Amino acid sequence: MRHATQALFVFVVFSLLCGLVFPLCITAVSQLLFSWRANGSLLSSQKQIVGSELIGQMFKGPRYFHGRPSATDPAYNASGSSGSNFGPSNAKFLQEIKDRIEAVRLANGVPFDTPIPADLVLASASGLDPHISIESALLQVKRIAKERGLSESEVEGLVRRCIEHRFAGIWGQPRVNVLKLNLALDAGKKN
Amino acid sequence: MTIRDAIPIILFLCVLTLAAVLLGGFMTMVFTGKRTFLTRIAGPTEKFLYRLFGVDKEDEMSWKTYTLSLVIFNAMGIVVLFVLQLTQGVLPFNPQRFGAVRWDTALNTAISFVTNTNWQAYGGEQTMSYFTQMVGITVQNFLSAAVGLAAVVALIRGFIRKSVKTIGNFWVDLTRAVLYVLLPLAIIWALVLASQGVVQTLSPATHVQTLEGREQIIAVGPVASQVAIKQLGTNGGGFFNANSAHPFESPTPLTDFMEVFALLLIPAALPFMLGGMLKKRRQGWAFFAAMMVLFLLGLTVTLWAEAQGSPILEKMGILHGANMEGKEARFGVVHSILFAQSTTATACGAVNSMHDSLMPLSGLVLLFNMAIGEVIFGGVGVGLVGMIIYAILTMFLAGLMIGRTPEFIGKKLEPYEMIMSVIAILSSAIVMLVLASLAIATRAGLAGLNNAGPHGLSEILYAYASTANNNGSAFAGLNANTPFYNLTTACAMLVGRFTTIIPALAIAGSLAKKKVVPISAGIFPTTNMLFVVMLVSVVIIVGALTFFPALTLGPLLEHLFVQVGKTF
Repeated sequence: MRHATQALFVFVVFSLLCGLVFPLCITAVSQLLFSWRANGSLLSSQKQIVGSELIGQMFKGPRYFHGRPSATDPAYNASGSSGSNFGPSNAKFLQEIKDRIEAVRLANGVPFDTPIPADLVLASASGLDPHISIESALLQVKRIAKERGLSESEVEGLVRRCIEHRFAGIWGQPRVNVLKLNLALDAGKKN
Repeated sequence: MTIRDAIPIILFLCVLTLAAVLLGGFMTMVFTGKRTFLTRIAGPTEKFLYRLFGVDKEDEMSWKTYTLSLVIFNAMGIVVLFVLQLTQGVLPFNPQRFGAVRWDTALNTAISFVTNTNWQAYGGEQTMSYFTQMVGITVQNFLSAAVGLAAVVALIRGFIRKSVKTIGNFWVDLTRAVLYVLLPLAIIWALVLASQGVVQTLSPATHVQTLEGREQIIAVGPVASQVAIKQLGTNGGGFFNANSAHPFESPTPLTDFMEVFALLLIPAALPFMLGGMLKKRRQGWAFFAAMMVLFLLGLTVTLWAEAQGSPILEKMGILHGANMEGKEARFGVVHSILFAQSTTATACGAVNSMHDSLMPLSGLVLLFNMAIGEVIFGGVGVGLVGMIIYAILTMFLAGLMIGRTPEFIGKKLEPYEMIMSVIAILSSAIVMLVLASLAIATRAGLAGLNNAGPHGLSEILYAYASTANNNGSAFAGLNANTPFYNLTTACAMLVGRFTTIIPALAIAGSLAKKKVVPISAGIFPTTNMLFVVMLVSVVIIVGALTFFPALTLGPLLEHLFVQVGKTF
């Protein structure tokens, strides 16, 4: 009996300490010191919130750079993250990839014998990946330039300016944030 | 794999080793009651709490009392977490107005978090209120890790003490683990993560209009505080369904570095704590070396397997056949694999890629890491416990070879210790294989599959390897949120956890009672290369003998099929 009451005391005290005091203090300090980050790194365009820098969103139209395929339901559902969880020998999955590769080739005028960067046709782990590889961005330059009446070198320059690098030059992958790149495209249009 | 990929990993492991040595020294002081630089702040709190709990810190427990306290404490944790989920609809901090969690999911989740498994049959952002995530789940992330630390400290005391009945005070060990180790580290990690973009707010989900004019609802929450401890405590249960692959759980390469570092830190420091507490530093290094050898073996195979890419994808026209399915662009293949290897070698179970979509041989190594009992660093506390138990088995085998009664760290190993060790090693293996067979043999089991062919078998094997060894990661295509899977995996988690901890405490109690064997020339040395090689061999041989048939029919077969382009 003594052990049970002791257990109860210990449990209640640590529940309060680790379950309320700790997260609420971290919330208070985060909101004070880096509130933009702590609230989801939201980006605005023309005084309207258009999304989060860190959360990918659906781009279908030809005038925008496209992100990665998303396995959430519906795609880029930011309140239900998920990957496809298809294994490497799954026939249905491989058929889908075939179709996606074809669609990418068609939309961007990629010749039949040029390989496609993997990230552009394979779904991300979260379904919300905000990035694509540099190769996947460059592959879309021709289409964007044509649609927007810009020169290819202008668009490519924009991509190069939007590259995010490895941490400390060694950790992670270089990449391009699709939403930020598209916002930059839109901002360029007005000039 | 190139040199460019290898250098960061080598640097990472060097930094990790250094930090582990330092933290191991610090934890030695904490658990032997010495003054540390945190005593000024944590000391008065500690004293105050003991008075509140009615605990006298000199009041030592026998192994049975220690175990009883631990079991009562965990039973209470399971009941409270279960009830919290059922009543979250009327509790505060629930801006998305989530109702009660279904009973079988709630039971599974309660057992999962109390046993430090963090297997998740649910998707966090669609199921749990902020209150449940904080007061239920975050609390157990701290407490289950603290219980693991208490268990290993008690076991080490069994080796240190001679001719006494007690192995320490459970409440004291638990309190010190939280106040001096887990909480300070979690505060640092949570703040750094939040500064990088891991959200930390109590506001409801944000509604935005995307650039192309669609509505997007962005789930947020008190994430940084939970992610920090789920990594440090090798818990692994994410706030979001996609875990550390979700950009709000790990938005940048820096946060990825911090998270993979955090999940290895305490388990890697524990061998050094053992060395410190025993005053035999070389013994700590021997355990660390054995773990590191096993870690590097697995990492080499997984990196190689994944870097090959998929021949099927390459034939279809994908550059290098790179397998980016289920991986995030910011991490790429190499850092996804480092995380996957680390999270299954330790019993963490957090993921930054979807393991279900990895190449078959990578999946095989991850399965093996878990199935051998989570001893390659392993879970906080219980990982080293498992490795000590393997060491006891190793010394028994060595004893047979040289024909004398086996000893380990100055204690004679007798039938009682051997029986407890065998229970600890075999229970989770038996539960894993029996339940996996049950799932394969029943309609309810097969109904959960997301992939056909050998990959389907891998999904089921992975589920039970993960739960029976308290890892918690998943081949997440398997729909495990059904009464069948919720109840069978819950059973596996309970067996996995308590057939490690209870036999370990029994061994501690038995060893503490014994005299110390004087060092003589006839004793098999346990701090040299030979010991490390034997220990590593025993772990691999036991694992291979137990799991080779199952692994052959699952991942190995799928590997061969993928090489020749056969699909299912």
